[in-house]
Amino acid sequence: MGYTLNFAAVWRNFDFLLSGLALSLGLAVISILIGAAIGLVVAFALTSTSRFALVPARVYVTVIRNLPILVLVLFAFFALPQMGLRLDKMKSFVLVLSLYSGAYLAEVFRAGLLSIPRGLTEAGLAIGLTAMQIRSSIIAPLMLRNVLPSLSSTIISLFKDTSLAAAIAVPELTFAARKINVESFRVIETWMVTSALYVATCFLIAALMRLVERRLALPR
Amino acid sequence: MSHTFLEQLWIARYVIMNGIAMTVSISLLAILAGSVLGVFVGLALVYGGIVLRLIVRAYTDIIRGTPVLVLVLASYYVSAAVGLDLGPFSAGVLALAVFCSSHVGEIVRGALQAIPKGQTEAAKAIGLTFAQTFTSVLWPQAMRQCLPAWVNTAAEMVKASTLLSVIGVAELLLRTQEIISRNFMSLQFYFLAGGLYFIVNYGIEHFGKYVERKTALPS
Repeated sequence: MGYTLNFAAVWRNFDFLLSGLALSLGLAVISILIGAAIGLVVAFALTSTSRFALVPARVYVTVIRNLPILVLVLFAFFALPQMGLRLDKMKSFVLVLSLYSGAYLAEVFRAGLLSIPRGLTEAGLAIGLTAMQIRSSIIAPLMLRNVLPSLSSTIISLFKDTSLAAAIAVPELTFAARKINVESFRVIETWMVTSALYVATCFLIAALMRLVERRLALPR
Repeated sequence: MSHTFLEQLWIARYVIMNGIAMTVSISLLAILAGSVLGVFVGLALVYGGIVLRLIVRAYTDIIRGTPVLVLVLASYYVSAAVGLDLGPFSAGVLALAVFCSSHVGEIVRGALQAIPKGQTEAAKAIGLTFAQTFTSVLWPQAMRQCLPAWVNTAAEMVKASTLLSVIGVAELLLRTQEIISRNFMSLQFYFLAGGLYFIVNYGIEHFGKYVERKTALPS
């Protein structure tokens, strides 16, 4: 099997891969930001004592976490229109990844919230803060610091999940790679470069998160 | 053509069952192969020499940094391109097993490293060889740590098995898509598929919690 590596076709289409990567990152950033907002609210609900908040939050997290994301992606794009909600492929993917990341981030935040000593809430109450003020200015900032390591691995895995958008023909990195693969037949080269781009991006995200972690670390 | 969901479901019953059987076989094979490989990965990461450790570290980092869908596509296309005629099923299972091995590898590494050094020293002090130390001191303790995370990984693998639909393996999701292309009931049949995946994964998750309770040290 005399296969000689020839990256010419891949380099010729490299800007296509890069714009795919940019779109992957864009999808990830938007979805994770929306997901983090959802996750924060859900995490507070998960740690609350009111059944009214707890049950819906628990159901949401359990359902989403036990479904394959590809099923959700296809459902949002192909089945939601039957319910009268017609979204284009980009929007439907962002919707799915936001809800998906919301459930995973909720669990991350929940673990963080449980690690905050009760005394801090009591101290907040003692100086006359409202429950909302205690959450936003005492608990949430401390919790965010505590969860940074697991937040970073969740973000990385969510970034990798943007590859699923290829299934509904969103031209992100995996879709671009498939196209080059089919058009050029430089199969090994295409997937080597694509994988390298993903790995490098994941490393960058991890490094960035470590930097944030160090900057925000509490003095010991 | 009949138009109710139940009639369509009845028509599609064997197709769905085939899909489920395929999903189960993919997941089982991938979990088994991935776990065996993963234990070796974990061992190499902890006890390997510097060269072996570097190689295995690169392997796990590359696998973990690459989306599973990319692994599946790469495995399918690359194996065909190098003349290794695996076919979509084997190529897909290979990709999932490799993915699984990197996760299990990290789980095993974490568990082994969490065991206090004193345990090894104590074993050495009473004259156990490394093999004996490993099999009767370290591994039983590591297993306790590994099991819950390993069950989680198993659920991940069931979810990841859906990705094989992209390379044409007729597992549950692809079967569902086939059914929908015939009767256009995308809402109902995606719900059905989602429900089935949910039941399986929820079951695995609960099994994981049960295992965790059973293996927990009395505190």
